[in-house]
Amino acid sequence: MTASILIKGATLPDGTTTDVLVQDGTVTELGTLATKAERTIEADGLRLLPGLVDLHTHLREPGREDAETVLTGSRAAAVGGYTAVLAMANTSPVTDTAEAAERVLDLGRAAGLVDVQPVGAVTKGLAGEELAELGLMARSRAKVRVFSDDGRCVHDPRVMRRALEYVKAFGGVVSQHSQDPSLAGPTACCHEGELSGQLGLPGWPGVAEEIIVARDVMLARHTSSRVHVAHVSTAGSVEVVRWAKAQGIDVTAEVTPHHLLLTTDLLTGYDPTFKVNPPLRPDEDVQALRAALADGTIDAVATDHAPHARHDKEHAFVDAAFGMLGLETALPVVTTVMVENGLLDWAGVARVMSASPARIAGLDGAHGRPIAVGEPANLTLVDPAAKVVVDRAASVSLSRNNPWHDHLLTGRVVATLLRGTPTVLEGALA
Amino acid sequence: MTRHLLSIDDLSTADIEQIFTTAAEMHDVQQREVKKLPALRGRTVINLFFEDSTRTRSSFEIAGKWLSADVINLSAKGSSASKGESLRDTVLTVTAMGVDGLVVRHGASGAAEQISRWIDVPVINAGDGTHEHPTQALLDGYTLTRKLGSLEGKHVAIVGDLTHSRVFRSNIKCLAKLGATVTAVAPPTLMPAGVGDWSRTAGFATSYDLDAVLPEADAVMMLRVQRERMSGGFFPTAREYTVGYGLTRDRLAVLKPGTPILHPGPMNRGLEISADAADAIDSVVLDQVSAGVAVRMSVLYHLLAGEETK
Repeated sequence: MTASILIKGATLPDGTTTDVLVQDGTVTELGTLATKAERTIEADGLRLLPGLVDLHTHLREPGREDAETVLTGSRAAAVGGYTAVLAMANTSPVTDTAEAAERVLDLGRAAGLVDVQPVGAVTKGLAGEELAELGLMARSRAKVRVFSDDGRCVHDPRVMRRALEYVKAFGGVVSQHSQDPSLAGPTACCHEGELSGQLGLPGWPGVAEEIIVARDVMLARHTSSRVHVAHVSTAGSVEVVRWAKAQGIDVTAEVTPHHLLLTTDLLTGYDPTFKVNPPLRPDEDVQALRAALADGTIDAVATDHAPHARHDKEHAFVDAAFGMLGLETALPVVTTVMVENGLLDWAGVARVMSASPARIAGLDGAHGRPIAVGEPANLTLVDPAAKVVVDRAASVSLSRNNPWHDHLLTGRVVATLLRGTPTVLEGALA
Repeated sequence: MTRHLLSIDDLSTADIEQIFTTAAEMHDVQQREVKKLPALRGRTVINLFFEDSTRTRSSFEIAGKWLSADVINLSAKGSSASKGESLRDTVLTVTAMGVDGLVVRHGASGAAEQISRWIDVPVINAGDGTHEHPTQALLDGYTLTRKLGSLEGKHVAIVGDLTHSRVFRSNIKCLAKLGATVTAVAPPTLMPAGVGDWSRTAGFATSYDLDAVLPEADAVMMLRVQRERMSGGFFPTAREYTVGYGLTRDRLAVLKPGTPILHPGPMNRGLEISADAADAIDSVVLDQVSAGVAVRMSVLYHLLAGEETK
């Protein structure tokens, strides 16, 4: 039994304003309510969204608990308005067995702030050679449905084909990190283009992503399976996905908040804070990604939250770790880039940050639901007009590799409810 | 003048001219029996080399010593990442010993710039990956100025493995500041990424055809081509490279008389430069080496002599 909560005067994604009564983890009444509840949240001028779902989070536990743990990552997720996150498999050890997946699930339950859904590795040890025990992970308590070698590409077309075929047995999906390793090798650390030429940094050309996306949609067609393109970063990939969807191929795609706003010219000072994989691209790509998210070619926003200990970023640029924080800033970035520019309304935000990712991950029984009587009370309350200057020191993540430090963003998560229990109130952990 | 020398971007044309003027004075000192000047007496300069180098390290060492600085060579070869120590920790450790200037060579582009943000002593970039090698460009510009007078309107051909060359990237900037025009010559696989846009904004020309460029050149700078590039598929064979882009004996004949031939070394004789060209009367390869000491003395003097001793 959880305390009853009355959210007063919230504006739903569709623009209607209502009171929302939450009891025992469920939305029980909507309308103008005179009901008394144990807690009242004033939501005048605030947007109430279904709890956000992140398809792409790195929680670093087990293995790098100095960078993030399931608990600290869950805190960051809750503060960011998330009620479910998919924890990527590239931990140490790798999540490539049922036992490893259940361990992550249990750590998530113990933290109790968001539903932590493990992603399983496609191949043993992420080595790209032999399939991991996909079926056992699917049958485990963790009910793994999303498989990814993220951080590495399932490069061998034979292995990718078999993975796509095999996961059909249990409704799984392969989330591909699209990077041809022979075109974007181990030293490739930034977008290949004029700036990489001037800076003398080994580049990672857009085509290294695009040819894998193109190959994978053809494999998805051939196998009648489902493929998900992780962190799309180029206009060319968008064109391929758009074409594939028009052909009826079962493909979905995600974009990160950073690829919607940050561009490759931030690398001018060789600051590894901005080193990320796939790399920040030029503005033409950014514009194409925004348009694709607005028109539905790209289904979801996913953070690729990638915490790193400070010393792993204090190497020379090519030696420094890839990745940046994202959970706490995703909603403000999407508000700033998509809502303020008129590219998405709030129903669109609910779609790309909650309903679509929940559907892709197979979590749509509990997450990404409409806000209606009888639905689970996984809810995020947002102040859509708040202006916030991001301060990396204020993060609840263990890490500080925050590319948004000092950025002025619009939109602030005020409260998050996981099955009716507040995890965040007044913008801070409850 | 600039606090650090990380890139030619840190210098104005006036700065470069001042460095050259001082270098000429230092050059005269080199001819004396007693070469030491007291300018940096009591100062400690560390040559922090993360990458092997003989000539650049020796050149900085001699330059520092002739200015009476205490020069310490520290080899930190091997990526600090592989040793488990961050670059920042390595650099803070070295500077904590009490140094007045750091000369840094690193195999990674941008390393000198990153280091300059972590410490409060002047940093001189002695080559960072495939990014820049500003003192090399300064000594090249100085050498050319002594041969040709003003470089205003002079045409310099830079030929070779441009994509992997920090010498190229610094020279493009330095020669532009000195008023020269540059044509960058390489096969398409050895042109830097995005060179089309870059050359348009920076105002240099590019060509795949060395034979078309050489007759118009007032100076030719040949860059080293590493044989291991062949395994990366950048060109098929050394023989084919030489036929297309080597400064062969035949090509010497099409140069205008008195056209200086530069090479930053070490030379691959028979690959990018023939013995005839390397040893030609117009070859200034050894002048570059001696100019290197003078220019580095000048740079050390301008960056460190005004600094408070730590």
